[in-house]
Order: sequence, then C-alpha cells, then structure tokens
Amino acid sequence: MRYLPKSPSERQEMLDVIGVRSAEELFRSIPEEFRLKRPLNLPGPLSEAELIRYFQDRAAENSRGYTSFLGAGVYNHLRSVVVDTIIQRGEFLTSYTPYQAEISQGTLQAIFEFQTLMCELTGQEVANASMWDGSTATTEAVLMADRLTDRQRVLVARSLHPEYRAVLATYAKNVGLEIHEIGFTASGQIDTAALAAAIDAQTAAVVVQSPNFLGVIEPVAQIAELAHAAEALAVVAIAEGVSLGVVRPPAEADIVALEAQSFGLAPSYGGPYAGAIATREKFVRQMPGRLAGQTTDSQGRRGFCLTLATREQHIRRERATSNICTNQALCALAATVQLCLLGKQGLREMAEQNLAKAQYALAKLEEIPGVRRALSGPVFNEFVIRLPRSVRLVNAELLREKIIGPLPLGPFYPDLTKCGLVCVTETTSREEIDRLVASVQRILAKPLGGSLI
Amino acid sequence: MYPNEYRYTKEHEWVRLEGGTATVGITDYAQHALGDVVYVEMPRAGTKLAAGKSFGTVESVKAVSEIYAPVSGEVTEINASLAGAPELINTDPHGQGWLVKVKGAAPSEITTLMDAAAYQAYIAEKEKEASA
Repeated sequence: MRYLPKSPSERQEMLDVIGVRSAEELFRSIPEEFRLKRPLNLPGPLSEAELIRYFQDRAAENSRGYTSFLGAGVYNHLRSVVVDTIIQRGEFLTSYTPYQAEISQGTLQAIFEFQTLMCELTGQEVANASMWDGSTATTEAVLMADRLTDRQRVLVARSLHPEYRAVLATYAKNVGLEIHEIGFTASGQIDTAALAAAIDAQTAAVVVQSPNFLGVIEPVAQIAELAHAAEALAVVAIAEGVSLGVVRPPAEADIVALEAQSFGLAPSYGGPYAGAIATREKFVRQMPGRLAGQTTDSQGRRGFCLTLATREQHIRRERATSNICTNQALCALAATVQLCLLGKQGLREMAEQNLAKAQYALAKLEEIPGVRRALSGPVFNEFVIRLPRSVRLVNAELLREKIIGPLPLGPFYPDLTKCGLVCVTETTSREEIDRLVASVQRILAKPLGGSLI
Repeated sequence: MYPNEYRYTKEHEWVRLEGGTATVGITDYAQHALGDVVYVEMPRAGTKLAAGKSFGTVESVKAVSEIYAPVSGEVTEINASLAGAPELINTDPHGQGWLVKVKGAAPSEITTLMDAAAYQAYIAEKEKEASA
C-alpha cells in the first residue's frame, strides 16, 4: 500500500466530486455532542531529518548485551535472515487479507503450507490460516468447544498461561461461559483427581497448556481420556512450539491452540505474533477463520483456493463462527519460512538443544545451597526454582550484571512466592548459564542487608 | 415443479403435512440460488422449533444460509442421508433432499403459508425484481 499525500487542491477536487463543502460535513451523521471539537492531542509533524533522529534516539534506548532467562509465553529463538528477506517482499508485506482470494496464488500457497506445517506439528487433521495469537486461539478453541457440545462449563488448568486465562475470562463473561480452574500438584501437572471429580455432563471442554506455564509437560493423553469419558472436548494450548520437536504431539486433543511466535518471530513487547487452531476434520465447520485448499485449475495445473471462508464475518456478519476476520498472514508466513528452513531434523535438533541446556541449567542451579527445583514433573526448556529469598530482589542484583533473571511467580501464584520461572533456549550459551549460576550463588551467599528486608 | 400438496414460505422452505408429521425442506428455487450444497447443519432430534426462527444452515460453495422453520413443533427425525450426500438438496429438493420431520405442527400455521400457485407467483415477482 503506497502512501498518497493529498494537497489542498486535491482535497477540494474530491469534495467537489462528492458534492460537499468540507470534510467536516461528512461527519454530520454523528450527533453534535459526540464530535471532537479540538485537534487531536498529537505532536506536530517532523521533517525527514528530525524523524530519522527521533527513531535513532529511540533505537539507542534499547538495551544491549543483556542475557535473558525469560520465557513465559514468549521465547527467544534463532531466526534466519531469510525470514525477513521473504516477508519483506512487497507482494507479501503490503497485501491485505485476500478477499478476492484466488488472484493471490502466492499468498494462498503460503497459507496452505502454514496449515500443513501446523497439522504436522500438532498431529491434527486440519489447521486454520492463523489466529491473532496463542491467547485468542485458546479462547476461540473454547468457544468452538462450546458450539460443538452445546455446553457452557469449561475446566481450565490453573497452569494455563495467566494472560491466556485473562483473555478467556473476558470472552467468557460476555457469552455465558462458566469457567472453573483446576489446580496443579507437586509435579506441576494438572491435578487429575480434582479434574476427574469436576468433569460432569455440562462440561464443554478441559483446557490445558503443555508444556504449561510452569514449564511442565502435561499428561495430555490421560487428560483427553478423562474429558472424552464425559463427552467433553480436550483443548490443548501450546505456547512454546519448539517443544514439538521432541515432545509427542497432542494428537489425542480435539482442538489444539498454538502460538507460533517461537518460529521466526522475534520477542517484541506484545507482538505481533501468530496463533493457529488445529482440530479434527469432523469439527472443521465450527473452526473459526478460513482455510486455503489445494486444487487443480481447468487445465489440470496445481492451484490454491480459499475454502470455508463462507462462515467468516464478511459473509456471515453476526452469525460468523468468530469475529476473527483479518488473519496474521505475514507472521504466519514468517513461521512457515522458519519452519521450512529448519525442516524436521533441524527442529528436532533445536528442541534437543533447548532440552539439554535447560537440564544443564537446572542441575547447576540446584547445586547452589538453598536453591531447589520447585516442581517434579518433566520439563522442556523452562523450569521453576525456589530460592531462599525474594526472586525480585535477586533479579535486581542480577540486572546490574546485565542478566535478566527468572520470572517471579508470586504475582501469578501466591503459593509460588520465592519461585522463579527460568527459560533456557538454544540461544543461551553454556557460558551465560554458568554466569547466571555463579551470580545467583554469590548473591545468595551475601548476608541480607537491612535495606533489603 | 412445485407440488400442490406442499406449502411454501417467503424464505423458500417447503412443508408437507402427512398425518401429524410435517416434513420440511428448501425449495428448488432456493437450491438453485445457493448453488452446489456442500454441507447441511441440522438440529438434533428432540429440538423444539419455533415458526420463523432459524434452525440450521445450508452451506454451498458460495455462502452459508439460514434455514427458517416454516412451522413450530418438535424435530422427530433428521435426514441422515444428507451428511454423506448433501447434493440431494440440489438433485431432489422436494423429495430425497428433505431436511427434518416435525411433530406437533398446528394446521393453522400451515394454512397461512403460500400454496404452490402463490409461491410460484412470489418467485416470479422476485425474479422480475432481480432482473429489473
């Protein structure tokens, strides 16, 4: 999309064509009292040189040289320069969501390949052409389960990402869903006894994340079996896609909601990232969004078309399966490119490095007196450690050494005060892990100063 | 084309009353307008229908359209063949392409609907509007 500046004479020409005297006249349908009478509170325009200077200054505010052990839903992974090279092509970068889809064969092929990759990763039969992110994908998966079962009770693992739970709660409040949280045991896995007791004939879905927010891999097959016994659906959220390089895919789940950020999308405040929903073919008509399909044209050549778009908002209005309209095509393309570059073997090797480095970090941290692993369940690249002191205070000291320490879990789980979530990926070097361990050890060895209490 | 013993709605459903059972489908005009039907979404047996309210959808390659109940009553049977062969709606809309059977429909509700002649006049008018 090009930027088209408008000169005063061009504005006048447009006004003349549509037969109004001023642009303000176009707002007459808005009642007087609701119209803004003052200019927007925005800074004035900048010259090109000023603008460049402004952004250089903002760029200089970025931190450099820090080692981060944060994960918790957003993961730092290697991304190839090929990703940006491809997504910055004008055909992809500037094209809007394809409404007249079939003229954009390249976009449709990219979407088709994204769907294929998502199915292969999750062990499901169909995947949609992306969602906003993992949190909305999880919520849409729950809404889908509600439509499929015609039930309103939803059992959600407390170890589902707190922000995913917040998004779900926002939707649930307004569509009459009843959310019940199920706790976790000392392993960090969902309390299956509590889950079994809570499932009833009104339960639409059981929602778990695996690896969960605490890094622990859930017994998905067992959870799905409990759900299915009550004819409820099993919804599995996956925030760390790279885990699927070594963890068995959640094939037993009925709906998988995946965050694709780990594949080629750099951590960046709130995004943009890309979610996806994958499910069984028999549920496809309740799946939100659209599907790209592969077909042959009148001359027998391979081609792509949009299928299942008939249930979207621009056609179905208020009866659409969801209010997801524009998909995250560009982010989904980035994920597609990164996954294709990695390939099956590359993804596996990447995942194995995450696993091995996290295990190394865990073992080294546990050697520090007073530091122990808080949860006993199996983990991938994140784990919870319990410290003898406030994680926040330890982190403040780590920060001075240019180390961004573990995420303090107390604000999310009062029962996990003094616990921190440590994330180690293939981007973390052994030296960085050793430096974290040495620093934590030194910080904890110091007596608590009066000012710190 | 449009059986005389059927009654028709402005939303292009038909209904046939036999004994206490009303059979409901969509008309030939509707199937033609929709194009190739690929999927039908129907209520479960036992669902109570209210006349004029949507009770399912018909999905074609072009669009998903609501099906409105021509009469009130309880669904006793759905046409199971449509799950595997939705194209029956295109090939035989007034016969094998039926959607649901309903019991408890009030005869007074049915008599207010259009008969075949009135419906044909109605769609002729529609087509005139469309081509105008």
